[in-house]
Amino acid sequence: MATAQLSTHRVVIVGAGPAGVRCAETLLAAGIKPILVDENRRDGGQIYRRQPDGFTRDYSTLYGSEADKAKDLHQTFDRLRGAIDYRPDTLVWNLTPGQLCCANQGRHSTLDYDALILCTGATDRLMPIEGWQLAGTYSLGGAQIALKNQAVSIGHRVVFMGSGPLLYLVASQYVKAGATVAAVLDTSPFSLRLKALPKLLARPGLLWTGMKFLAQLYRAKVPAHFGVKPLEVLGDAANGVAGVRFTTGSGKAVTVQADAVALGYHLRPETQLGDLAGCAMAFDEASSQWWLATDEAGRTSVNGVYAAGDGAKIRGADAAEHAGRRVALAVLEDLKQPFNAGLRDEQQQALAVMDQFRLGLAEAFPWPGEQAKALPDSAIVCRCEMITAGELRRTVNEKGACEVNRAKAFSRVGMGRCQGRYCSQAGAEVIAAEAGVQVQEVGRQRGQAPVKPLSMLIEEVSP
Amino acid sequence: MKGRFLRLAEQGRPTVNLTVDGAPVEALQGDTLMVALLTQGTALRQSEFDSGRRAGFCLMGACQDCWVWTRSGERLRACSNEVRDGLDIVTTQPEATWPLHS
Repeated sequence: MATAQLSTHRVVIVGAGPAGVRCAETLLAAGIKPILVDENRRDGGQIYRRQPDGFTRDYSTLYGSEADKAKDLHQTFDRLRGAIDYRPDTLVWNLTPGQLCCANQGRHSTLDYDALILCTGATDRLMPIEGWQLAGTYSLGGAQIALKNQAVSIGHRVVFMGSGPLLYLVASQYVKAGATVAAVLDTSPFSLRLKALPKLLARPGLLWTGMKFLAQLYRAKVPAHFGVKPLEVLGDAANGVAGVRFTTGSGKAVTVQADAVALGYHLRPETQLGDLAGCAMAFDEASSQWWLATDEAGRTSVNGVYAAGDGAKIRGADAAEHAGRRVALAVLEDLKQPFNAGLRDEQQQALAVMDQFRLGLAEAFPWPGEQAKALPDSAIVCRCEMITAGELRRTVNEKGACEVNRAKAFSRVGMGRCQGRYCSQAGAEVIAAEAGVQVQEVGRQRGQAPVKPLSMLIEEVSP
Repeated sequence: MKGRFLRLAEQGRPTVNLTVDGAPVEALQGDTLMVALLTQGTALRQSEFDSGRRAGFCLMGACQDCWVWTRSGERLRACSNEVRDGLDIVTTQPEATWPLHS
C-alpha cells in the first residue's frame, strides 16, 4: 500500500497559510502524512488569519469579496487537522541539511526531514520616510491585522500611504468598518494603471474588485491622491504621529492631519530559511527584489527543498493555493510516487494567468526605489536602532562599503530586532544610489540564524 | 488622546483584568496585549536607542517593535500574546539600553 511505504518519508511544511494548507491537503490525499509547522497559534497565515475565539463577525464582514475562499481554506484545514502532524506556535529558527531547529513555548527541539516545503509567506515591503519611526506608524498589513483580528483601527484618523493593491483594500475595509480614513496617498501615478491594463486583464474579476475599492473610497469622500511624493510623517518622539506631509502629482505641498499612518509598498518574501538552506536566489526585475530561484513547480536549487506561496514568489493568496498544490505534486513526483498529472496541468495553467497579473501589478504599482536617493540624511533607515540615511551613506563614501552585508557590518542597518525585514531593501537602494550602481549590484542581506530573536532562557529537549 | 487604537466592533466580550506597570488595566477576552495597552494608552515601551516612544509596527511578529515584559522578566511580543487575568506586565526593558541618540 502506498500509505505504508510513504510513511518512511518525512515531509515537513513550514507555514499554515493558503500555500501550506493546500500543500498538506494534496500530500494527504496521495497518502503522505505531512508535518505542518506554523509559527502562529491558528492556521490561515496572515491573509486568512482567524479571529480569536469569542469574536462574532461573520466571514463576509471579515474577508469581504474573499469570504468564500477564506471559509473554504479554514474548513479544509479543520478536516486535515486530525489527520496530519500539526505543530502550531512553533518557530523554525534555523536549519541544517535534513534537520530543522524549532522553538515552541520556550523549548528548542529538532525535526528531521526528507523533503521540506517552505510556505513562509511575506511581510510588507517598506520604503522609509522622514519620521516613520514615530509611534502610530504601522505597516499596511499590520493595519489590516488590527482590524481583521482585533476589530480595532490603528488610530482615530488614519492615512494610508504607499502603493499596491493592498493600499486600497485595507483603506476600503477601514471605511466599511466605520474608521476615519484621512487620505489615501499612492506614489504610483494613475496613468501606469492604464498602461498595465492589458496584463491586469488576465484576471478581470480581480481588476473589477480593485475598481470597486476605489469607488467605495470615492463614495465615502476619502481624499485620494496618485503619483504623490511622501515627504514626512509629522509628530514628536513623545506623542507620536500628528500628520503626513507630501507633494501631489502636480507638485503641490500638502499636509494632512492624522494620528496614524499605514505605510507599505506591496510585499517582500520571507526567504531566510531557504537562504540558510543554501538555495540559490534570483533578482526579479519586475518587482526589483531578490527571491528564491525555483522552477515552475517550486523546486529550489537544493535537492529536497521546495518553496510555494508568497514566500517564494509574490503572486497573492489565490496563486498561493495553486502553488501549494503544485509543489505537493512535485514532491510526490520526486519521491517516485504516483501523482495526478491532470491536477498538475490545471495548477500550472492557473499560475500562468496569475504570473501575467503579477507583472501587471508590478507595472501599475512600482516599487519607488528612487525615493531612497531623495531621502534626507536625517531620515531614519533602520527604525529598530535609529540609524539614519546619512550614517549609511557615510559607510559607502568613507569606508567604501558598496555591498549590503558589508555596509550592515559598519552601519548596523539590518542588524536590529527586525533583522533587516523592514530596512534592508531600502538600505540597498540608499547604498546603490550613493555608489551610483544598480540595486542588484549591491547584493542582498544574507539570512542569519536565528531567523527571529530567541530567548536566552530557551531550554533544549530531546526529540 | 486617551488611546491610540480605537475599537470598532466586538465589544461585548467578557472583561479580563491585568496589571500594567503596577496599575490595574481592564481588557476584553481575546485582546492581544497590544490592543489592551493601546486602547488605553499611546505607546507600549520606550525605545532603547533614543527618546522615542514605541507602539509596534507590523502586528505579525516580524518587527519585534512591540516587546513588553512580565514582572518576572519574560519577554513577550505584545502583538501575538493574548491577555489573561492576573498578567503582570512591565513596559520598561529590564536589560541595559543604549540611548545613543537621546
